[in-house]
Amino acid sequence: MVPLSYYLILSAFLFACGVAGFLVKRNIITIFMSIELMLNAVNLSFVAFAAHWKMLSGQVFVFFVMVVAAAEAAVGLAIIISVFRTRETLNVDRVNLLKL
Amino acid sequence: MLHLILFIVFAAICVFGAVNLIAQRHPISSALSLIVVMASLAMLYLLLGAEFVAVVQIIIYAGAIMVLFVFVIMLLNAGEEERTRGSRVAIMFGVPGLIIGASLVTWVLLRKNIAAGDIAIGQFHGSAKDVGRLLFRDFLLPFEITSVLILIAIMGAVVLARRSE
Repeated sequence: MVPLSYYLILSAFLFACGVAGFLVKRNIITIFMSIELMLNAVNLSFVAFAAHWKMLSGQVFVFFVMVVAAAEAAVGLAIIISVFRTRETLNVDRVNLLKL
Repeated sequence: MLHLILFIVFAAICVFGAVNLIAQRHPISSALSLIVVMASLAMLYLLLGAEFVAVVQIIIYAGAIMVLFVFVIMLLNAGEEERTRGSRVAIMFGVPGLIIGASLVTWVLLRKNIAAGDIAIGQFHGSAKDVGRLLFRDFLLPFEITSVLILIAIMGAVVLARRSE
């Protein structure tokens, strides 16, 4: 038997790791992976609450979060490729102009 | 008891992977540790009785999305991350803020008596049949809208990644 709070604490820790990676990392692909980590952390708390309240709606929400994450990954990686084509770098500190 | 042991093992793997994601400097190492996090999260979903979600987590996240990431990393030939100096203000306010926030969250979660609702193995099942029934009956409109979102994402990715002449 595992209390629900353990799952929530794990979820909060993973989310905090995602936020920290988003702020600390300088590689644009790693920043993007940190966002995926945050989405996964939220999914964990969705599934834990679904099991706690005995309702399947939480798992359906996880499904929608996954779909949005997949769409976001496709568009985001396309943006990264086009940024790399114009700037020749993946370091976000060097991508500091909106103009080309 | 078995449930608690399994939870601790996979939660430890999860935490290790998440910390390793931040600690590694090479993006491919970060991607591999993210796959570790996702696989152990799938195990935790199985412990929670969410069978369908666990399988989808492996197939979509650890399979499709991470393959896309690894492809882009190799395509762009991403090397080691350059070191940049972090600002002192960020460390001065960030570290105490992190400690305060973490202890606050832990305190709130442990103080509330939601611990009474324990989750046991085999108590609750989210099989593909039940999830599918809910998805195609109660959540039909969001599901259809999702397909439009995917279509727009495909078109956006193609337009963005196209080499402009």
